[in-house]
Amino acid sequence: MATYDLTIPISEQDIRALHVGDTVYLSGVMTTGRDAAHKYLIENFIRADKVPASEEALYEELQRLLKGGVIYHCGPVVRQDEDGKWHFVAAGPTTSIREEPYEADVIAHFGMRGVIGKGGMGPNTLIACREHGAVYFHAVGGAASLIADAVKEVVAVYKKDEFGVPEAFWIIRVERFPVVVTMDAHGQSIHAEVEAVSQAALERLVGG
Amino acid sequence: MNDLTESFVELVRRASTDLPADVEAALRAAQAREEPGSAAAGALGAILENVALARANSTPVCQDTGTPIFYVSHPQEASTRELRAQIEAAVAEATARAYLRPNAVDSLTGRNSGNNLGTGYPTFHFEEWEEDHLRVDLLLKGGGSENVGAQYKLPYSPLEAGRDLEGVRRVILDAVYQAQGKGCAPGVLGIALGSDRGYGYVHAKEQLFRPLDDVNPAPELAALEERLMHDCNELDIGPMGFGGKTTVFGVKIGAYHRLPACYFVSIAYNCWACRRAQMTVQDGKVEYA
Repeated sequence: MATYDLTIPISEQDIRALHVGDTVYLSGVMTTGRDAAHKYLIENFIRADKVPASEEALYEELQRLLKGGVIYHCGPVVRQDEDGKWHFVAAGPTTSIREEPYEADVIAHFGMRGVIGKGGMGPNTLIACREHGAVYFHAVGGAASLIADAVKEVVAVYKKDEFGVPEAFWIIRVERFPVVVTMDAHGQSIHAEVEAVSQAALERLVGG
Repeated sequence: MNDLTESFVELVRRASTDLPADVEAALRAAQAREEPGSAAAGALGAILENVALARANSTPVCQDTGTPIFYVSHPQEASTRELRAQIEAAVAEATARAYLRPNAVDSLTGRNSGNNLGTGYPTFHFEEWEEDHLRVDLLLKGGGSENVGAQYKLPYSPLEAGRDLEGVRRVILDAVYQAQGKGCAPGVLGIALGSDRGYGYVHAKEQLFRPLDDVNPAPELAALEERLMHDCNELDIGPMGFGGKTTVFGVKIGAYHRLPACYFVSIAYNCWACRRAQMTVQDGKVEYA
């Protein structure tokens, strides 16, 4: 279990050097995205015959941000100051498994190097991590004020009015955002391991 | 009736930006049990650091400030209509002050109302009681843990769980296994035996207000709570589902009458951020606990 400092965009080589259990401090610009965002990415860009004209500008921006980038499953508490600038007040991860039907396609389409969330993801995402060179970064669920401290600037926000504050794409600049690799690009998943161990314990506890 | 709106804002602020002392102490004890340097110990360390920071800065402990669930116990003369209006105004104000995230989403349009008010939102339970003071209990229940709640109907054949406390034990263990780390373990379980499907969950959430160190007055339930604390922690799911010694740090069970045909076990899973707060009002004097 090693510790790394990585800056976004991240190279494939740096991602493939990571293993489950490693601690990583992420710096650079990332975007939040959760339920509505993933549905939007799939419907408008990934499974669409043609990108709608109204969405072309955001598509270009997201392609630029997500190439070698990271999407953070997070619906923050935000505050707007007198100058109209947004700030993150509380910003822990949301449960990632809801994005399991979409994430593998999002990783492949945008060339993402990582996903940050909590609770882990399933076999489709794990396969995509191995095939495309990406990892699942686990942030501490509920550690919202602590993580908000690592968010140094809200660079932009997209789809706030349409999706609402928790579901918008918040583009944020972070410094030393603390995460643990729980699914790596070598097919290893702490979540699959813990599930297997707990299943054996459950059988013992209800079988006796 | 006095306008208590600002006092209700303070109740929300306290619930969102701090943890009850017994919950924080339980998390500290859990950290001491984990292997130093393990992912589980690291997660609990970050959790405790986060709680201290949230308290100091008056910012939400967790960004998912959850569904505000109000249990209001009131004397006969109180107007529940006025209380509801004042609490709703307080919830909107607490949202504007960033103590709450706007969380009320229209299920048809997908639109977020922006102020935590909507159809059936927040949740209220009013109960007239014999006391002469007003008591408002608030639970901020996050979505991650709400999603891993479960309701079983006994008998439940996959686990050979019958209509007895052994059957109850089996389905509760199954629920905690199914949840893995997705409900932000370590968690607290509020459980209702019996009742109907709707009130099963209402009573299960009432159980979450019990102090962690209280002892169930029904000896058979007290024994079951203790057994389940032990068994759930044998699952080795641990904080955040990283593996570890503490998967739950509270099990609270209430038994309610049921229909002969129905035996429901309703399980309200609460994340480690068990954000409950209480306010009492007597002769115009407001106190918080």
